Amino acid sequence: MSAHASLLRSARWHPLELVFWVLAFAAPWVLSQHALIINEIAIVALFAVSLDLVLGYTGIVSLGHAAFLGFGAYSAALFAKHIHPDPLLGLMVGMVASTVLGAMCAWTIMRGSDLTRLMVTLGTALILLELANKFSDLTGGADGLQGVMMGPLLGQFEFDLMGQTSAWYSLSVLLVLFVLARRLVNAPLGATLKAVRDNRLRAMAIGIPVTARLAVVYTVAAGMAGAAGALMAQTTGFASLDVFAMDRSADVMLMLAIGGVGWLYGGIAGAVAFKLMYDVIANITPQYWTFWMGLFLVVLVLVGRERLIRPWTWWSAPARKEEAP
Amino acid sequence: MLTLLFDGVAYGMLLFILAVGLCVTMGLMNFINLAHGAFAMLGGYVTVVLMQRHGVPFLVCLPLAFLASALMGVLLERLLYRPLYKKPHLDQVLFSIGLAFMAVASADYWMGSQQQIMQLPDWLRGRTELFADSPFVLGMGHYRLFIIVVCAVLTVGLQYVLSATRFGSRLRASVDDARVASGLGINVNVVFAATFAVGSGLAGLGGALGAEVLGLDPTFPLKFMVYFLIVVAVGGTTSITGPLLAALLLGIADVAGKYYIPKLGAFIVYVLMIAILIWRPQGLFVRQGGKS
Repeated sequence: MSAHASLLRSARWHPLELVFWVLAFAAPWVLSQHALIINEIAIVALFAVSLDLVLGYTGIVSLGHAAFLGFGAYSAALFAKHIHPDPLLGLMVGMVASTVLGAMCAWTIMRGSDLTRLMVTLGTALILLELANKFSDLTGGADGLQGVMMGPLLGQFEFDLMGQTSAWYSLSVLLVLFVLARRLVNAPLGATLKAVRDNRLRAMAIGIPVTARLAVVYTVAAGMAGAAGALMAQTTGFASLDVFAMDRSADVMLMLAIGGVGWLYGGIAGAVAFKLMYDVIANITPQYWTFWMGLFLVVLVLVGRERLIRPWTWWSAPARKEEAP
Repeated sequence: MLTLLFDGVAYGMLLFILAVGLCVTMGLMNFINLAHGAFAMLGGYVTVVLMQRHGVPFLVCLPLAFLASALMGVLLERLLYRPLYKKPHLDQVLFSIGLAFMAVASADYWMGSQQQIMQLPDWLRGRTELFADSPFVLGMGHYRLFIIVVCAVLTVGLQYVLSATRFGSRLRASVDDARVASGLGINVNVVFAATFAVGSGLAGLGGALGAEVLGLDPTFPLKFMVYFLIVVAVGGTTSITGPLLAALLLGIADVAGKYYIPKLGAFIVYVLMIAILIWRPQGLFVRQGGKS
């Protein structure tokens, strides 16, 4: 099969994907009492998909992706509070703000080792956290930005307490951006990204502009994270400092680890699994849930995700893989 | 002015002792260990418990804190860390964050979430002022002076071990190129286990010394992880003078920043770090010639 045909084949929609999205959109209606958590899941899924673009498709380990989430959240919240309460306009503002921030930060992640990038991304998030804390006149500081009132969606759907409107709103945004991301990674651009991830030197040698490609995908991912942040601020009517916290970046990395990196549905599956797990554990031990989360991470890494989700392989010998040179 | 410098140096020395183990393990095995702060916290809690509940003198507690953390280090290294050396960095980051989460929750469970208070012995309290009448007044807290002396002795000792003993040359060879070193008959695994133990022990000692200065509560590993990583990333992993200078720089910048511009204290440190890392992605003080 020619390369062209194989690229086209992987880009085609599988029927199961359509089923999944139909189910997702039916969920707030069928499980109307859980609409709030469906909304949350849709938002963190969007956030996880955006990190997957960076981590799974370019291999950049970022521990500061929350910077863009938080920036989008604060931009959207401030826009709604001071300028205009329309949610879609606010979403656009949040996305544009984060995209600009992402484009400015993209050049900081080009050089150095994994550790350097880890520190630079983490540092960016921490700087924004400090700034949001210090400029408390604008952001409300440690108390958070309160009193964000949203107008009705498209001028007719009010945000209700049940969260159904929010859930459908977030799911729609997730779907639109997911389709865009899917288009992006299946386009030739996505193929070059995978080439860069797998072997940067060879990718450079066959003429792929590595730096430019990384910058593009980092910027796009930042915009998507900003959209997730804007949704979060709009549907909760609140933005607080913890959107920048390292826990957020670590959580979203955990989601990807559960769902699998380098696969866009991995972010969504991971977000669903993570949120449900969090709900169950936090119900049992509200104070010590981090212990079980940590234990799960350790086991996940030691055993390996492939084996963990296939219980029937637990007692057979591990498959020996050829080691890459 | 001089007082600030003095406090900054004490803080920096403390950070160096806390982070030096992390530098060596990262240089040796290329392993990103975000759970390093957990060992420091263990040392701190050992000291506090022994001192408050069992009345053990402070100077006896310090070696015990070192031993406890070193033992824990060996145990975890043999059981959990070893399979992960060959894994990608993402797995290592996830694994060590998981360990740090577990340590935080366990400390919360066993010790409670409040800040622990250290009762220092009388001879370490108080303060001496030099040049009290001149503009360059230097106020030295006795405890900070003690920290500087202990850390300086340790640093000289480490430098001696690293540069003048057989073990040190094996360690340096392994850091430069583990494959060639093992080809020359150096048992890299043993070298590494010993180094990991000493590094964890030093972190424990640093945690014990720093419990009074840095504050000790269950979030310690996450709160100071960033600082340890800054020391490692800025200082580089090929020598111990690099991290030492980075730690001193960080300590002084942090103390001075928080004093002169309290509103933007930590901000300055982060901006400085990013600027340095963009300028010198492999760290400020990298020795040429080693394996990158």
